[in-house]
Parts: sequence; structure tokens; C-alpha cells
Amino acid sequence: MSQSFDDISAQLRKRHRKSARLKWFSMGALGLAGLFLVLFFTDMLNKGLPAFQQAQIQVQVDYSEQASQIPLAAVEEEVRDLVSRGFLRTIPLRMKNDPELLGVQRSEWVLADGQVDQYLKGHANKLRDDARERVDRLAAEGRVALKFNTTFFTRGDSKMPELAGIMSAAVGTVMTMLVTLAIAFPIGVMTALYLEEFAPDNRLTQIIEININNLAAIPSILFGLLGLAIFINFFGVPRSTPLVGGMTLALMTLPVIIISTRTALRSVPDSIRHAAFGVGCSRWQVVRDHVLPLAMPGIMTGSIIGLAQAMGETAPLIIVGMVAFIPDVGASFTQAATVLPAQVFTWSGEPDRAFIEKTAGGILVLLTILIFLNATAVILRKKFERRW
Amino acid sequence: MNRILKNRTLKATAIAAAVIGVVGVAQARDQVRIVGSSTVYPFSSYVAEEFGATTDYPTPVIESTGSGGGLRLFCNGVGEGTPDITNASRRMKVSEFERCVENGVTDITEAFIGYDGIAFAQSIENDPMPVTREQIFLAVAAMVPQDGELVENPYTHWNQIDDSLPDREIVIVGPPTTSGTRDAFEELVLEAASESFSEAYGGEAYSDVRTDGGWVDGGENDNLIVQRLTQDTTAFGVFGYSFLEENSNVLIGSTIDGVEAGPEAIASGEYPVARSMFFYLKNQHGDDVPAMYEYADMFMSEQMIGDLGYLKGIGLIPADEQARAEAREQVANKVTLEKSDLE
Repeated sequence: MSQSFDDISAQLRKRHRKSARLKWFSMGALGLAGLFLVLFFTDMLNKGLPAFQQAQIQVQVDYSEQASQIPLAAVEEEVRDLVSRGFLRTIPLRMKNDPELLGVQRSEWVLADGQVDQYLKGHANKLRDDARERVDRLAAEGRVALKFNTTFFTRGDSKMPELAGIMSAAVGTVMTMLVTLAIAFPIGVMTALYLEEFAPDNRLTQIIEININNLAAIPSILFGLLGLAIFINFFGVPRSTPLVGGMTLALMTLPVIIISTRTALRSVPDSIRHAAFGVGCSRWQVVRDHVLPLAMPGIMTGSIIGLAQAMGETAPLIIVGMVAFIPDVGASFTQAATVLPAQVFTWSGEPDRAFIEKTAGGILVLLTILIFLNATAVILRKKFERRW
Repeated sequence: MNRILKNRTLKATAIAAAVIGVVGVAQARDQVRIVGSSTVYPFSSYVAEEFGATTDYPTPVIESTGSGGGLRLFCNGVGEGTPDITNASRRMKVSEFERCVENGVTDITEAFIGYDGIAFAQSIENDPMPVTREQIFLAVAAMVPQDGELVENPYTHWNQIDDSLPDREIVIVGPPTTSGTRDAFEELVLEAASESFSEAYGGEAYSDVRTDGGWVDGGENDNLIVQRLTQDTTAFGVFGYSFLEENSNVLIGSTIDGVEAGPEAIASGEYPVARSMFFYLKNQHGDDVPAMYEYADMFMSEQMIGDLGYLKGIGLIPADEQARAEAREQVANKVTLEKSDLE
């Protein structure tokens, strides 16, 4: 049975067509993924960039006796409804804590009301017509302006959009991640070390291995339920705190760290171990002085990726009470706190339209941190990874 | 060897002690812990922020857990780990009160803060469409009466329900079953309307919602429902009145039974889909957490829930003056809630 030349070349053409089609399909998929990414980023930048600017207004503040009772009296009538109440309401407490302020009259740049801010940015707002005219006039005089929004980075959550910031959430994230790292990193690395370097290969360790791989694929909210049942209800760890949040996220991060550490340990060639044993090192010395240092870049990469994953997580934290209204910047691990993604989630539910830009701004900050973390992981891998 | 072992045991004990020490902190607290309704949450957190900014106490922690979820946590018992205050967009149920008592939470004060309406709204691109509660019921219920028999909801377009309504597909986006808004919608619209067909349902109130696509669960977040309505102009949405007010440039509310949703109509009870909002104080925590009463007093003050109060600006519909005074009195005197009050 011989095939004619025509048959073969027809078949060949068909096969070439097939592979060309595959190529176009996969390029199309890539293009689509890229398109979604670009759309997402432009949307977020569009909505989020205004959040980094905030309207401020220059007013003559009169710290009079009357102002310590009725804060509205501290500023001229013309701008009373344009100044943020977040500034005004602090005047009595500030005057109480600083008696020298009494009698001082000075010109200050203070936060403008959120509606003024939205008006200046050209968004929907509830300013009345006469207030708009006043804002326009003040803007022409240079007494109302959009300035860099330091409040956004230095203050916690607020119901007033002009006062809302990510500081308390950022601090909460850092503390939660510290707890997560302090628990998940040593336990994860130790577990992997044992399984890889010490444990015999038997049914039991195989079952453990399968279970660890399964754990990595469990929906994160289940870890939240576990955290609620064990840490809060059984051990009595205080609710809504970075301590309980970090412990819960540590459960979630553990399998990721274990798996990546095992991979890193496995990539260290046996010849190194054999050589160390050959000169009389104990198993502990082999691991400590040779295997672990060589595997470290891989372990770090895995841990950072696991941490980045935990950082973007909200679902388990809802269950342990970390999605809450928390304006104060936390100072201890047992004080209530929230985290960045939870802050974004909270803002997305606010009725006030000015929170749309806060939400997008929060997302931008979170994305920047995550990109930075992932880039660090990539650089670590590229720089220190050794090929054998 | 022995010494090393001893040393290790010592270390282990020290670590264990440290952990327990961290865990078993704080009897008296400065920080008030609040849980409860997502509808009351915006008001409650507004007061909390004001409280934190204008007093030397730390800002109370508020979790939005839904009315039912909040009362469950609240009634878990007395002491550390249970909240001091819970918000509710409906009154406490007798069953919840009994559970509270069972767990030792016997001294509760009820604080009535005002009203909230539920809007039935659509994209502003449409013509206004007045509806009645019966019409909404027929559009939403899972089983409807037809020729004296209960059948699965056959209506796919509004004009099949009533000729006066437009030929428009029935799509209603509303909150999921975990939401207090949904509870109120079921009670005030569906159950109330089902009474006019009570024979068909054997005299019982009916509130099952259809699952064939006419009703869509829009998630707890009312903003998502609003967003959906601006994109899908055939759809109607069910959500808190404050979101309608805030989005009046893109949405338009329907009159229900001929009454337009608005502050006066809601406070007077004329608008049929309005509810009262409350919070509950656990008096047994009063000695350990004194700040909770100062917070409650601030909440009940005229500057918050009054006619010119701050909360009005973010969507609260104030009660009339006398009701406010009574509620304020009740909180100031820490009046203990009795089971008979709820029945």
C-alpha cells in the first residue's frame, strides 16, 4: 500500500493548516487576555487617579471662645458650608488639648467638603447653585484648589469621603501579614524539610502529601470558618484583630509555602548531600549548611507569592470579623483592624458616589503593592536561582 | 542532656504562657463593639466616627453582619468576645429574645432611631411606572393564583399582569435572603399583598420568590444593584431608599400603591414599604464598657437623629418629635426590654 505523492502532500497541507490554526487561536486567547487587562487598568486608572487629589480651601480660622463651643463660628459665613465637617468638629477637642490656640487667628488651607471636591472634579454632586457660584469664585481667586491628597495616605476610614484614607487598613495589612509570616513560614519550611529530608517514603507520608496538595486548592472561605471555630470560639482569640486574621491566613498560606519549599529542596542535587555526608556531616549539618542555603531563593519566592495571595484575600476575613468600619490606626495585634482588600470592599458598598474613586484608588494602591511583591519574587528567583 | 531537656521544657512553657497571655486580655474596655444590620451600618458608623473624633474614647468597631447575624452574635452570651450593641433594621423577634435570655443576656435596652424606606426603582431612561404591591407580588412570587388554583408563576411581561403596565420583560434585581432589606421586602410587600389572595394560599402569608429568572439576587451590596439598573434598562431594582436618593440622576423610583417614596411619606407610614430601625444595648456590659452609653446618647441626640440631624443627610428618615423623645428617654433610663414588648 503506497500512498501517492498527492495524497501525502494534501495530508501535509492539512496538518500545516491545523498547526497554523492552533497558533492563531492561542494568539487570539493571549490578545483577549491582554485586552481585558488593559480595559481593567484603564478603567481603574480613570476612576482611581482622581482619588489622589482632594479639594482644599483657604479660610481664615478664628480660634475664639465661641468656636470652642460652636465650631462653625471658627470660619467666615461665606465658606461655612464648603469646609469639611471633618475639620470643624475637631476644633473644640484641639482647643481643649492646646489652650494656647485660644485667640489665635490665622489663614489655613483646610479640607473642603466632599461635594466641593466632586464638583471641582466634574463629577455628580449635590451642591446648590449658589454654592457652586461661590466655589467658582473662590477657585478663580486661587482659594479653592485640588491638591495632593495626603489625607488618603495618613488617615483611616471615614464616612466623609474627603476624610477617608487607607492608613488604618494598610497598618492592619502589615500586622496581619507579620502574624501570617511568623506562623506560616517556620512551620511551612520545617514541615517541608521533614517530609523532604527526613521522612521515610511510606503510605503515611504519601497520604500527608496528598492532603497538603488538596489543602492548597480549598476555597479560602473554609479557612475563615475554621478560624472562627478554632481560634475565636475555642481558644478565645479576640475577634476582628490582626492576630486572629493572621492566624487564619497562615492556615491558608501554609500549603503554598510547604509545596514551594519542597520543590526548592528537591531542586538541590543529591550530589551536594552526598558530598557533605562523605566528609562526615550529620543530617542536621547537611540541611543547615548546604541544602537550606541553596534552596533559600526558591523558598523565599514561594513564601512571597503565598503572602501576596493572602494579602489579597477578603473572604476568610469576613468570617473572623476583619471587614469592619475601623477609622483608628491600630497599635497592637489584639486591637480591631481591617485590611486593604476589606477596605476596598467596604467602600464599594457606600451609597455616597464620591466613594467610587476611593474604591478605585484603594485598588490601585493594593495592585501596586502586589505587583511590587511579585516583582520581588521574580527578581529573587532570577538573581539567586542556580541551575545545576 | 537532662539540663538541655529542662531548658527546652522551660522555653516551651514560656511560649505557651505568652500565647495565653496575649489571648486572655482585657476585661474593662474603652472600645465599644457593635455588629448588625447592613442598613443601619452607614448611620451607626457615622455616629461611631463622630464619637471617636470628638471624644477621648477610641472609635467603636462596627461589623456589618445583617440584622439576623448581629442578633445571633449579640445573644451568644455575656462577656468578652460578644458584642455590646447590635443594630437591626427590624424589631428583635421573640425567638431571638428567648435565645438571648437562655444565654444569660437578660438586660437589654431597645433604641429606636428612625425609619428607612425600600425603593422600587428603574433606570431614568424609562417612563415612570406606578405599581401596586399586588402587581409586584404577582411579578415576584414563585406560585401565583390563577382561576382559583396555585400555578407556577407564568408571567414573563408586565402587561400580562395588568393591561395598564407596559409590554416589558419582568426582571427584578433585589437583595439575597441574608439581607435585612430582603426580609423587609418579603414582609411588607409579598406577605402583605398575598393577603389579598389569601384564599388561594389557604389563608397563610406567602413570600416565596420565583427562581426562574424573573427575580435576580443582586448581592448584599446595593451599589451593584444600582449599577446593574443603569446598564439593564428593562430591570427593576429593590434596595434601600438612601441609594435611590443618592443616585437620583440615573434612577427613578416607582410610586407604590400611588405613594411616591420620599422622607415625609416614609416617616408618616403612608409609603407602604418602610421600616423602623433599632439598636440594642447589652446593659450587662455597662460596667466594663462605659463608653457604650455615651455612644448611645450621642446616637439618640437631636444632632444625629433629629429633623436637622447629620444622619438625615445620609438617608435616615427621622421619626416625629414625640417618638424621638420617648426613644431617647428609654435609652437614658436603660429601660429593660421585656418579652411582652415584642409580642
